[in-house]
Amino acid sequence: MTVRAGTTRWVLGRLAGASGTVVVASVVVYAALQLVPGDPLATLTGGKRLTESQLDVLRQTYGLDKGFVAGYLDWAGHVARFDLGTSSVYQDSVNSLLASRLPVSLALIGYAAVVTVVLGLGVAVVSAVAGRRTATLATVLTSGAAATPPFVAVIVLLAVFSVGLGWFPVTGAGSGFLDRVWHLTLPAVAMAIAAFGVLARVGQAAFADQLRREHVEVARSRGVGRAAVLRRHVVRNSLGPVVTVVGLLLASLFVGTAVVETAFGINGIGAFLVSSVSRQDFPVVQAVSLLAVVVFVVISTAVDLLLPVLDPQLRPAVTR
Amino acid sequence: MTLTVPALRARRVRRNRRGPVAVVGAAVFLAVVVVAAVAAPLLAPYSPDATSLLDSLLPPGSPGHLLGTDSTGRDVLSRLLYGARLSLLAPLGVVLASTVLGVAVGLVAARGPRWADLLLSRTMDIAFAFPSLLLAMLAVAVFGAGLAAPMVALSIAYTPFVGRVVRSLAVQEGSRAYVESYAVMGFSTTWVTLRHLLPNLAPALAAQAALAFGYALIDLATLSFLGLGVRPPESDWGSMIAQAQPAILQGLPASAIVPGVTVLLTVIAVNLLGEHLGSSVGRTDRERA
Repeated sequence: MTVRAGTTRWVLGRLAGASGTVVVASVVVYAALQLVPGDPLATLTGGKRLTESQLDVLRQTYGLDKGFVAGYLDWAGHVARFDLGTSSVYQDSVNSLLASRLPVSLALIGYAAVVTVVLGLGVAVVSAVAGRRTATLATVLTSGAAATPPFVAVIVLLAVFSVGLGWFPVTGAGSGFLDRVWHLTLPAVAMAIAAFGVLARVGQAAFADQLRREHVEVARSRGVGRAAVLRRHVVRNSLGPVVTVVGLLLASLFVGTAVVETAFGINGIGAFLVSSVSRQDFPVVQAVSLLAVVVFVVISTAVDLLLPVLDPQLRPAVTR
Repeated sequence: MTLTVPALRARRVRRNRRGPVAVVGAAVFLAVVVVAAVAAPLLAPYSPDATSLLDSLLPPGSPGHLLGTDSTGRDVLSRLLYGARLSLLAPLGVVLASTVLGVAVGLVAARGPRWADLLLSRTMDIAFAFPSLLLAMLAVAVFGAGLAAPMVALSIAYTPFVGRVVRSLAVQEGSRAYVESYAVMGFSTTWVTLRHLLPNLAPALAAQAALAFGYALIDLATLSFLGLGVRPPESDWGSMIAQAQPAILQGLPASAIVPGVTVLLTVIAVNLLGEHLGSSVGRTDRERA
């Protein structure tokens, strides 16, 4: 009874913290518009001539005639009802502009996430099992991968696999499932290289730490098979750091789409953010920024809530 | 206890074997890059902006152009040397600013009143939710392309990383006997913190700063690659790569690969140094304990 009450309070605390973070982030995103030198209304019109009634809608949506707090509350009210305003460049609702670009970005993120997790954990397990020379080689490989910026990965992959060997297309996202997978392979790999390196290094360290522990030695001496030791004792106990890093990497993939989509000419959210930033299309920039923060907060909160379920040692201390 | 001792020793030996060669190599490479940046006007064979359309896209090793030329015939080596200046100075500025801010935040949180700790720690948690590159892009949206606004944004974005490390180290360090004895002798908390506690955090801060430098270099080069960073006529390694992209599609990727590999090697070298500094911090801590 008391235990459950403590757990509930802990979960509610995490959720309150997450909502608080989103609220503060939304204040920053709203304040950004006010920080632009000059009249916010001029920024929102993007130099276009609008009718007086259109201008009124803008003033009302962004609460421009009121003070900062009242203005923010007006804007936040619209955002909370998923009304993200109208792009000042396209004169179309931000919602529909984002909706048409979201699927390809999600496919890209999902593809990159699968590549990251499979390769990262694969290399970590191999270097935990293999001899010292293989493990050293793996460490050099993953250190290099972790330090590779996406834009460097992009140019090397383009030069070698698209132009040099002609195996993959240079640009576009393809249509139909197989064509899309083919088009998104190099972009997904480019996004996954650094993330794979980081995950593999964390996995290597966590596995190595467990392998040194006494419980592993005891299991081995009891005659438990190698695969079972690895699965039940090493990987199981390393889930904490591994899941945490996977969460952080997934969250970072969202912003990572900016570079890769721009370089490969994919019309997704990331490329849209970059072009909107350079054109000062504020409603779009605000919407994508908020979306990125929400994605980050949702993933990190989910990881926080998931960890105690996976590993009883990580359960929060409950007051009796 | 007896079980952990041999394990520790084994780890230390292995680290030392891998350490020196790679770390010395990294230090030498970084020294070369810094000298190249400082002495660019003396070393560069050409002006970085001198175009020569007849000599465009020469491969590396061409007579007179050691690293070849780009699509407008500019000498890649000269551009690499001059580009090193902004590519290194801008992240250095970010690291200095975020270290100063982070130390201030971390020390106040660790050694100041309880409410300040709560406030600062919660603020840092919230700041983590803004990916650094996103904050930098938001700054560009507000103030326009250029390096100044992203540098300020990244300094703010990196502050919580430094602040969190400083806070936890300062809390640890603050419980040591020497800090207490100074307090008993009647020295003020501020004086003890700045005069005695802060110097003991220096090695950990140096390690953190090296890693942050690598991240800042990548973030700023990424912005330039996206056309949101340096504006022409200025250039850095990121903008060199962006301008060389069309040449890749013509099958002549050298003028993109050269700055790309330079970025990669610089980041790896900085990371190696940072990890080396970090591991020696851990070592002295263990010996002290």
